[in-house]
Amino acid sequence: MAVKEYTGVKKAFGPLIVLEGVKGAAYDELVEIEANGKKRLGKVITIDKDLVIIQIFEGTAQLSLPNTKVRFTGKPLEVKLSPDMLGRVFDGLGRPRDGLGEVVSSEKRDINGLPINPYSRVYPRNFIQTGISTIDALFTLIRGQKLPIFSGNGLPHNELAVQIARQSTIKEGEFVVVFAAIGLKNSDVRFILSSFEGTGASKNIISFLNLASDPVVERIATPRVALTVAEYFAFDLGYHVLVIMSDITNYCEALRELSNYRGEIPSRKGYPGYMYSDLATIYERAGIIEGKEGSLTQLPILTMPNDDITHPIPDLTGYITEGQIVLSRDLHMRGIYPPINVLSSLSRLMKDGIGEGYTREDHPNVASQLFAAYSRVQEVRSLASIIGEEELTDVDKAYLRFGESFEREFIKQDFSEDRSIEQTLDLAWKMLSYLPEEELTRVSKEQIDKYLKKVK
Amino acid sequence: MEAKVVKINGPVVVAEGGNFVINEMVRVGNLKLIGEVIGLDDDFATIQVYEETSGMKVGEPVEGTGNLLSVVLGPGMIGSIYDGIQRPLKFVEKLSGGPFIQKGIETFPLNTHKRWKVEFLLEAGDTVNEGQIYAQVKEGAIVHKLMVPCGVNNKKIVERIDKSELTVKDYVYILEDGTKLGMYQTWPVRIPRPVKKRLPESVPLITGQRVIDTFFPIAKGGTAAIPGGFGTGKTMLQHQLAKWADADIIVYIGCGERGNEMTEVLTEFPKLQDPRTGKPLMERTILIANTSNMPVSAREASIYTGITIAEYFRDMGYNVAIMADSTSRWAEALRELSGRLEEIPAEEGYPAYLASRIAQFYERAGYAETLSGKRGSVTVIGAVSPPGGDFSEPVTTHTKRFVRCFWALDRELAYSRHYPAINWNTSYSGFIQDLRAWYGENVDEKFPEYRDKAMSILEEDGKLQSIINIMGEDVLPDSQKLVVRIAKMIKVGILQQNAYSAVDSYCPLKKQFLMLKTVMDFYEKAKEFVEKKVAMSVILKEDIVSKIMRMKEEAKTEEDIMEVYRLVQDHFKSVEEKYRE
Ligand SMILES: Nc1ncnc2c1ncn2[C@@H]1O[C@H](COP(=O)(O)OP(=O)(O)O)[C@@H](O)[C@H]1O
Ligand SMILES: [Mg+2]
Repeated sequence: MAVKEYTGVKKAFGPLIVLEGVKGAAYDELVEIEANGKKRLGKVITIDKDLVIIQIFEGTAQLSLPNTKVRFTGKPLEVKLSPDMLGRVFDGLGRPRDGLGEVVSSEKRDINGLPINPYSRVYPRNFIQTGISTIDALFTLIRGQKLPIFSGNGLPHNELAVQIARQSTIKEGEFVVVFAAIGLKNSDVRFILSSFEGTGASKNIISFLNLASDPVVERIATPRVALTVAEYFAFDLGYHVLVIMSDITNYCEALRELSNYRGEIPSRKGYPGYMYSDLATIYERAGIIEGKEGSLTQLPILTMPNDDITHPIPDLTGYITEGQIVLSRDLHMRGIYPPINVLSSLSRLMKDGIGEGYTREDHPNVASQLFAAYSRVQEVRSLASIIGEEELTDVDKAYLRFGESFEREFIKQDFSEDRSIEQTLDLAWKMLSYLPEEELTRVSKEQIDKYLKKVK
Repeated sequence: MEAKVVKINGPVVVAEGGNFVINEMVRVGNLKLIGEVIGLDDDFATIQVYEETSGMKVGEPVEGTGNLLSVVLGPGMIGSIYDGIQRPLKFVEKLSGGPFIQKGIETFPLNTHKRWKVEFLLEAGDTVNEGQIYAQVKEGAIVHKLMVPCGVNNKKIVERIDKSELTVKDYVYILEDGTKLGMYQTWPVRIPRPVKKRLPESVPLITGQRVIDTFFPIAKGGTAAIPGGFGTGKTMLQHQLAKWADADIIVYIGCGERGNEMTEVLTEFPKLQDPRTGKPLMERTILIANTSNMPVSAREASIYTGITIAEYFRDMGYNVAIMADSTSRWAEALRELSGRLEEIPAEEGYPAYLASRIAQFYERAGYAETLSGKRGSVTVIGAVSPPGGDFSEPVTTHTKRFVRCFWALDRELAYSRHYPAINWNTSYSGFIQDLRAWYGENVDEKFPEYRDKAMSILEEDGKLQSIINIMGEDVLPDSQKLVVRIAKMIKVGILQQNAYSAVDSYCPLKKQFLMLKTVMDFYEKAKEFVEKKVAMSVILKEDIVSKIMRMKEEAKTEEDIMEVYRLVQDHFKSVEEKYRE
């Protein structure tokens, strides 16, 4: 098909331009914009007869109306795919950023992908050992799951993500890490990439970087570019792929900005009403597919504005993802790493991936017992703060003791400490041993005999 | 004149020319994407397209079909998984050539190759009327009845097909005016299917979930909403109901939710047995999936597709339960389309007609006498996903106006892993009075009374908890401490029910009653001794209390519960003896 070119733009505002007199533009198609000798990319977002609105990924800064050339390419924004992408670094639109030249391949795909047919999915149930006790015991990560980290400014989410990626061992197959930096600070990116150096993992990383200083609208494309490549490695090449996307909050802000320019009626806090569906087209690209060898696991990171979990970004994310790992400022202040908030975190897929034949037979009951006990700890603590610790019953005092150890010994671990699931569960029993046996109602008598005696 | 696309804005397309009617199904563009006309203005038709429009251009053709957006109703639906506009996802996979759903796929909703053994119920010479059952086939756990379409009345049969194994494309009878009565019929999804008469709801839908059956029951033909923030257990509860509710047919709509949750049903249900029929649960289940990454406009349609299928089975005289997870996503789809149509929004961007759409949907539930004189019901249970878990938002508040059961899920309960996290203070059932008689006659005459007593203990406990939170439990007199303890017994021993437990996932009504009786009779006795100033530690003997708390898991049969009951009696006998000494 002939590529059409137009010179002159009718209107430009924010990241949008309007063209008139266009024939045959396709909805969502990729356009190339040339102005002042610089090339930019954009896509068609509305067509009304011969009037076309285009969103420019790099923004409209320094664009002049008459001298701008617009070429309609007749295809959507695509990314080239090749096994040689391993170890490479790209920009937020998938162009090389490491000076190693273009990816050579005839395989190209639309970055928007297509929805996975639910009939074609395989229900994920294989345990990924992250070596982090709190996650492995209480919020087990499953291969093919989308499990975000809900963090806050200044909390160690990057450390946690890196630790998970480094330590994750899976029983078979290779692990490829796809890292999408969405509006991240340079220092964050450097920390994340350098943490993998010398770990063997570094040649298995593919990075897509949109830094804080890079164009805002490009952020809309970055996770999609990364996921298209991730899908290729998972479902075409058969790798187990872990996708780390950070920071989804920047993504959502870009979405809001764009929506604003388009004059759309906002929903909560100015974010567009379609943000749920939009985020879903990112998160739902995780999974396992019948007849395909690999898997796509997502570890998105977002920073909750004001640590507010009801803010639309964590809220809509939590409605789509298969659980969430919430970081707690309180634990962080008390020097506990990883500062995982046990009560508000959740892994929805763990139920079918733990226990006999998966982790260890006692795992489901131990997890349930830890939750019950730790939630009781909160009650006892608030009571103690009112009536004083001395006034507590002996049982309540035992709970306080348990709570303290649980946080200091079980949750807390080193950035490079890698615990096996057996170590984690044995440690859990040790924590439970601080409670009177009558309190252990969620584990069976046999389990008490078998495991509790061992740690006592 | 042939209609042509003149404007494209996401799933909303405007076509010029053509002679369409509102709600007509159309084929849009070179890819012939399925769409529905939602507005007409002069020569322009506004069309909602049920697939992604990327790549579409101005000038592409739009074809009318002459039909309203409809579903195909006939044998072969049970056990299937459809998308929001009834395309079977199994065939979509085939036609897409893989796991990713391609655009513009056209496929008939029923398997056209399968041969059904038909039992003919009428003969040439018989006269038929709308709704009448003329033939039937065995399908899954039920008998699928073929009914005369609406509008066909007082017509004689002149011919019967001369085969007994038919495919859905075959006709069954020919009528005097040449009309063929086939193996399937079609029905426009936005129009409720008619019934002869609506009947009051007086029989419970038994779910095996104690907090529902015992405390907040729903009637067959009733309506319920399950509001709750993310992770509070809406989907688990919907799945539990889909598994265990005593309905003949389950229609489960995954409306804008996770793909894996549909996969879970697809993998799990064929392996689970319906406790009443012994057949795999999948043989009574129909799934409709518009997962969150599938096109938003089809999300809006999925709810109607589902409820129309449910009504069709009701018309055969079955009790159908429909679960929609989540109606909020449907409402958001309405909002998104409304925004693209540049309608003036009411609250939070939702269109002003949000409330009436919600009302119309829930109004399609009910217990009814069908056109053929049978009794059938559609029970509607909708999940609601309020942003930030805030129940004051528009979808929750409007839904509350139109449903009779409100099972409010509570974040605090979920955080402390009290499941199902149905808050007993803010939830309600409008069927308690209507179902009293049924419970009295079919379970135990004392059931309603015990239930009320348990509720008032929970209520009193609620008040006491606010005192405890400030001053500790020690300030309470023993009689109130007892209330707190009994409330705990109810909460942990009865209300909490682990969906993953092999024993407790489903709890028969009789067992529910015996458990309640055990706890409440314990309370009555304990109260007497508290009045007699017996020490609490004696009354609430550790091992007895722990037996009661664990009876849901450890007492597998009614007999086992009676055993616990006897232990309680013995316990109080010995307390009595000690007291006398
Ligand atoms: N009855 C129950 N028994 C055991 N666990 C439950 C129960 N209800 C909810 N849960 C837990 O809560 C999690 C979230 O439930 P889900 O139904 O997916 O929430 P929602 O749909 O409201 O987001 C589940 O993954 C499960 O761990
Ligand atoms: Mg859910």
